[in-house]
Amino acid sequence: MTEPDHTHAGEHGSELSAMQLRVRALETVLTEKGYVDPAALDAIIETYETRVGPHIGARVVAKAWVDPDFKRALLDDASRATGTLKLANPAGDHLVAVENTPTLHHMVVCTLCSCYPWDMLGLPPVWYKSAPYRSRAVKDPRGVLADFGVTLPASTAIRVWDSTAETRFMVVPMRPAGTEGWSEERLAQLVTRDSMIGTGLARNADEVA
Amino acid sequence: MDGIHDLGGMDGFGRIDAEPDEPVFHAAWEGRVMAMQRAMMYAGAWNIDMLRYAQERLPPQVYLGVSYYERWALAAELSLVERGCGGGDELAAGHSLRPGKPLARKLTAAAVGEGLLRGGYARPAQGPARFAPGDRVRAKNIHPPTHTRLPRYVRGHVGTVERAHGCHVFPDSAAIDKGENPQWLYTVRFDGPELWGPDADPTVSVSVEAFEPYLEPAPESA
Repeated sequence: MTEPDHTHAGEHGSELSAMQLRVRALETVLTEKGYVDPAALDAIIETYETRVGPHIGARVVAKAWVDPDFKRALLDDASRATGTLKLANPAGDHLVAVENTPTLHHMVVCTLCSCYPWDMLGLPPVWYKSAPYRSRAVKDPRGVLADFGVTLPASTAIRVWDSTAETRFMVVPMRPAGTEGWSEERLAQLVTRDSMIGTGLARNADEVA
Repeated sequence: MDGIHDLGGMDGFGRIDAEPDEPVFHAAWEGRVMAMQRAMMYAGAWNIDMLRYAQERLPPQVYLGVSYYERWALAAELSLVERGCGGGDELAAGHSLRPGKPLARKLTAAAVGEGLLRGGYARPAQGPARFAPGDRVRAKNIHPPTHTRLPRYVRGHVGTVERAHGCHVFPDSAAIDKGENPQWLYTVRFDGPELWGPDADPTVSVSVEAFEPYLEPAPESA
């Protein structure tokens, strides 16, 4: 059972069908045995397709940008600090937030599997779970950033966080120039998913309406 | 185990290919697999460490050759059988052929919001912490044949304890059904050249989350 039907996922429609059938068989067995309720599976999928995503983390970052007390609390204990925000999906335990500065840039990876702050960013993109990112982030983070079109000054140190336990990391990117006086809502539009992973920077002020 | 999943520091996988406007799922079955894994872990059929260990034991060519959620599907099939929750004959038939095993609980649609909350992994300490922030530690040169969360690329190298996180469930035990066996957990930071040699970028540092059994004291100065 550990042998898949094929070795190159998704290259052909017929292979996708094989996977659909295989997963349907699994769901039927689990359902008939009384382990899972298909309606609960629908609700889980709907949660991650429509409610939990990077907009949650973006709200947290925007708050940190405008509220120094919140930022201090966030960097001290992110699970506790985000718990005060009445988020649509509260962060679980062991969330750690780290702040980018002109002299230090943070990047988050999971070299062993795919650990990612789901509560703050939703499900991870394919590239985050892929061999190219997982292999290179810890050895050549500047090369990784180049793949994302990001070049940092040589004087900016890079810190890579390998998520090898149940601690989860999110990056607080630097607040872009020219955003003085902006509301949290408007600032949140600048906060991209990749900027909270550390493979990107926040958008420039002129990139949003 | 020294498996293919332990990818940190390997070369040759090529550039990172980020898909613009990527959908949450690329096919409906991916969402079903993700949701089934969540529901089965909620039910107590297996745990997160068993999910990871099941993937790690896929043959390397399979691990690298299939998509992420396909790995999760293969891991679900493996866990189902290993945990005594179902048989390969049932998966092949596409139907249950025997009654299910009693599980701790069942996730209902109404409970999904609460059921998706991330559980805590902190546990009461079994003893005093051996290390404190600022301590120099060496990641042990160990090669457990079963699940471990100490990546190969730090083994044998010296770093600095940066944070202590309290005691957490020990994945090496939980993955093989040996209980939670809580252990102190630390963030340990390594300098780039310590990991990758004198030619490495000295402005880079890397941290791992290391359980106390992975670490030993190191001299103050190398």
